[in-house]
Amino acid sequence: MKRILAAAALACMGFNPAGAADKLKIGFISTLSGPAAALGVDIRDGLNLAIKHQGGKLGGLPVDLIVGDDTFSPDVGKQLTERMLKRDDVHIMTGIVFSNILLAVAPAIFQDQTFYVSPNAGPAELAGDRCSPFFFNVAWQNDNLHEAMGKHVADKGYRNVYLIAPNYPAGRDALNGFKRFYKGATSGEVYTKLGQLDYAAELAQLRAAKPDAVFIFLPGGMGINFIKQYNAAGLAAAVPLFGPGFSADEDVIRAVGEGMLGMFNSSQWNRDIDNPQNRRFVADFEKNYGRAPTLYASQGYDAGLLIDSAVRAVKGRVEDKNAFRAALRKADFKSVRGAFRFNSNHYPIQDYYLRLIAKDEKGRLTNRIVGTVFRNHADAYVKSCKM
Amino acid sequence: MNALLLLEQGLNGLQFGLMLFLLAAGLTLVFGIMDMVNLAHGSLYMIGAYLMATFAQATGSFWIALPLAMVATAVIGMALESGLLRKLYERDHLSQVLATFALILIANDLVRMIWGPQALLLDAPQALAGTIEIIPGAPYPAFRAFIIGVGLAVAAALYWMIVHTRVGALVRAGASNREMALSLGVNVKRLFTLVFGLGAALCALAGAMLGPLLAVQIGMGESILIQAFVVVVIGGIGSIRGALVGALLVGMVDTTGRAFLPILLRGFLPNNIADALGPTLAAMAVYILMAAVLYWKPTGLFPARG
Repeated sequence: MKRILAAAALACMGFNPAGAADKLKIGFISTLSGPAAALGVDIRDGLNLAIKHQGGKLGGLPVDLIVGDDTFSPDVGKQLTERMLKRDDVHIMTGIVFSNILLAVAPAIFQDQTFYVSPNAGPAELAGDRCSPFFFNVAWQNDNLHEAMGKHVADKGYRNVYLIAPNYPAGRDALNGFKRFYKGATSGEVYTKLGQLDYAAELAQLRAAKPDAVFIFLPGGMGINFIKQYNAAGLAAAVPLFGPGFSADEDVIRAVGEGMLGMFNSSQWNRDIDNPQNRRFVADFEKNYGRAPTLYASQGYDAGLLIDSAVRAVKGRVEDKNAFRAALRKADFKSVRGAFRFNSNHYPIQDYYLRLIAKDEKGRLTNRIVGTVFRNHADAYVKSCKM
Repeated sequence: MNALLLLEQGLNGLQFGLMLFLLAAGLTLVFGIMDMVNLAHGSLYMIGAYLMATFAQATGSFWIALPLAMVATAVIGMALESGLLRKLYERDHLSQVLATFALILIANDLVRMIWGPQALLLDAPQALAGTIEIIPGAPYPAFRAFIIGVGLAVAAALYWMIVHTRVGALVRAGASNREMALSLGVNVKRLFTLVFGLGAALCALAGAMLGPLLAVQIGMGESILIQAFVVVVIGGIGSIRGALVGALLVGMVDTTGRAFLPILLRGFLPNNIADALGPTLAAMAVYILMAAVLYWKPTGLFPARG
């Protein structure tokens, strides 16, 4: 009797230990329109390429990828999440670019006990005391790339830096990360409105502050506009500009052009990382989409490979949450960035590189790795994560 | 904080304010003369910017594309007025808001279908890519200086048109007492279409000027429309002079707020609180200004109706 009740209870919970799902439903929410659209589109295309490389499947299951555009709005993100959890009944969610949107939708996803594999946003909140057994970040913790630049700028001997970031969770993470390794003076620390595109007022303040270097975290169209206006204001020649890879990848280079030459930036990935999976990823991405991949694309691709490895390990039984979680934790896939593993808070432990924008042998402007800033680097919040 | 910096921020405020004026001028005339709330004004700005980017790409010249985009947008605006909006003049404001809000959604989706979801790039003309020294010692982007020049020229031309021409007299008559103008036999149909076309052309001009500074993207009209409405309300509905003063006020308050409020707050608050409060307050400054104006002058600074 007891056993029957237990079985009935399990059946009610939709828990089916014997059978595997016949297809893998992935809910993909990302920013696919507006000035930050390039980021979401790259993540989507990277993920699609991973699925293509696995023969239209992930972990042996045919994939049903349900795509939604959050239009850069947390409210729209929440509506899409509700729909994907309730109506589409997805197994896994992924895709979100911006931390403020992720933080808005995360509670509903975790409450629904659905796994979220983050191909980008890695807010401090979800790395520390609000970490979740249903959350995995396959990219970085928000602070990491900025920490690398903070260390580089400090090592280079700059003593008076001007900092600019958008006023949202990842913007604060960014400047906190930078200052964790840069201990010198700051002649300005400016938070701009998220999505702001005109920086005339900020640039005038910056010029008057006379810093010896500028560090910006302005992803997508914000960074494109800032750098164009920085150059137009004649500041590029006077004060060197530093940023994380987000402000200096192919999407920005395509839009700004020659003005990007010589900019140092940081990333966990670059097109010139020499391993077979990365060579294949870069070549096929360019062949399929007609443009060079960004770090966002590499993260989308790796998210696909991670899901593939875990679904394969549980033989398609993604409803077995504990087994699936254990499989995700192993990160048993060949990341295009090289060595990759998860920390106890499900955030990466990995290397971070210094990149320089230069001309390659074909005369194209692109990033080149010129050094390693951190080896096996973990985030600063892992200690407060009790999982 | 030195005088040079104040002057440079003043120029920035002027530049932003004059662009707002281009949008608010059309909005306030339509609102004042036709008593019509047109939320789709921002969509005309978006369409103007997209046409500008398309023409600039096709012709390879900013200067050829500019008049093309203005004429095309004016034609679209006039077609919209005579085809659809005309039927809404007799309805109440709620119907107008609903109908023109629908137009925003339709315009956004049409633009998405035609141009795709990604933002378009519109570059400033090569001749204006550098900097000039309006203020000695502070190089100023030449394109921004050009925008200021264009804004001032349009303001002067509009002023001349409203004050010294027959069309201007009709516009003023329509704004101050529409029924009286009607009963005196003014051909309002033609006047309305003309005013609407003029407003649309100014939208395209603003789109062309701001395109290289901002981004040509879906939804670009909505955020600036709100600010344009703030300008109209501050200036007084139907008044071009009010739109100009309101636009400059909003531009100055927004720019100086963003530039100096965080510094000011740091003077008497701990840094982390000042950093959190500064950008938020700066974003609200324009609306606080509007609330203050409405408190003391409920009909705006220069009400057109006596």
